[in-house]
Amino acid sequence: MGFYTSASFFIALAIVAVPAVALGASGRRIKPWGMVASVAMLAFLFADSRRALVAFLLFVALATASAYAMLSSWKSGRRSMAVYRISLAATLVPLVVYKVSAAVDAPGFLGFIGISYLTFRAVQVVVEIRDGLIEDLPLADYLYFLTFFATITSGPIDRSRRFLEDANTALAPAAYRDLATRGVLMLLAGAVMQLALATMVHGFTDPWAVNGALAMPNILALGLPWGVGSLVRAYGYAVYLYLDFAGYSLMAAGACYLFGIQCPTNFNAPWRALDLKDFWNRWHITLSTWLRDFVFMRFVRGLTRRHVFKKRLTTACCGYVVNMFLMGMWHGLTPDYLLYGLYHGVLLAATEAYQKRCPFYKRNKGKRWYKVLSWFVTMNLVIIGFSLFSGQAGEAVRRMIYG
Amino acid sequence: MDKQELEASVLDLLADICDDDAVREERDVDLFDAGLLDSMAAIELLVAIEDRFGVEIAPTAVKREEMNTVNKIIEQIGKRL
Repeated sequence: MGFYTSASFFIALAIVAVPAVALGASGRRIKPWGMVASVAMLAFLFADSRRALVAFLLFVALATASAYAMLSSWKSGRRSMAVYRISLAATLVPLVVYKVSAAVDAPGFLGFIGISYLTFRAVQVVVEIRDGLIEDLPLADYLYFLTFFATITSGPIDRSRRFLEDANTALAPAAYRDLATRGVLMLLAGAVMQLALATMVHGFTDPWAVNGALAMPNILALGLPWGVGSLVRAYGYAVYLYLDFAGYSLMAAGACYLFGIQCPTNFNAPWRALDLKDFWNRWHITLSTWLRDFVFMRFVRGLTRRHVFKKRLTTACCGYVVNMFLMGMWHGLTPDYLLYGLYHGVLLAATEAYQKRCPFYKRNKGKRWYKVLSWFVTMNLVIIGFSLFSGQAGEAVRRMIYG
Repeated sequence: MDKQELEASVLDLLADICDDDAVREERDVDLFDAGLLDSMAAIELLVAIEDRFGVEIAPTAVKREEMNTVNKIIEQIGKRL
């Protein structure tokens, strides 16, 4: 059962939402039912593949063992860095094994739908126990956070302390009704974006799309010259990706709202971004903030403590490249994704250097013409990035080389 | 360390990191909005706080809106001393 794509998912979601709404609207905690609903929905998710189910259970066992080994070491005051490193490694192992094996020979080992997002959740808990921010974590709470179904397939990436605060608080009936109403509207708006608009744009711009039922014209039918056609395809893909992913994210957040979880926003008008740093604060926000908090800041902190570079700017640039390259690796160990990560890393580093060093920028950044120009350049850099991501750019390069 | 020493010390630190003595005057202005701090400078600030006061503040320990003015930064350090 495909989450947020198949009719059977929406029917199942509607069924598990009824008791949640009944509990929420009467001012009671939804968590106990939320756990039952999660188990039921995950059973549907993994119903088709026993292999995936086994990999999922193995992941949950490893992550849980790691989190509680950490908690006991930190509670006892031993605070063993060895336990921390082993726990962190154990939490990351399934994802790494899956990504590496999938790159060598698809579909790869230990993979299951949602492995990436579960890894984000599990790593956050381990690191925050180390930081002393999580001192107490009942097992039921941990499992509910780790396996909550609504955001398991593609985010948004919630944080455990925030999530559990919502899960353990019963809203007043009026506040819950308000939240649930917004949730339903988000589910509807997201469905229009992803299931209708994104499908239409995809049908138009993807030369390999099957357009039977939609009767949409395809870009190939227009007979455009290759260059113009490629440009339309690249812009179209960017529009499709946004509608698809922002639509999905809205639906996932809407489903969370029905369960009383005010999951964070994932998109904030990315097409209004004036530079690439601004873009990453607006696009897939929960991923970029997760990477900022758990990769960029810690990596840069390590460099700063050890005085690796003399200049702050060099440290920052190094941080951006490593951070975004890791994001590319996380998408998949293919040349297209790695290049996509590197591309954004280098561009963010260049943006940082330009904004910090260039007097031209400092003189003009507030002016209207500069903002329009900066916006235009940013959008086109973003679209070039997406064409790397989609493989279109790689394909074009191969075409130029091999004819 | 008493409150005045702490304040003076934090102000020196911020003036150095933000490279701007304006921080000394406006103690309740949002440093991120004012363009005096960005995420890079914020990390440097956390490292510098660790060096100077022996206080470790993890990157996700404090929300940005709880540490975005001079007074709030002083308060966050004071709580942990």
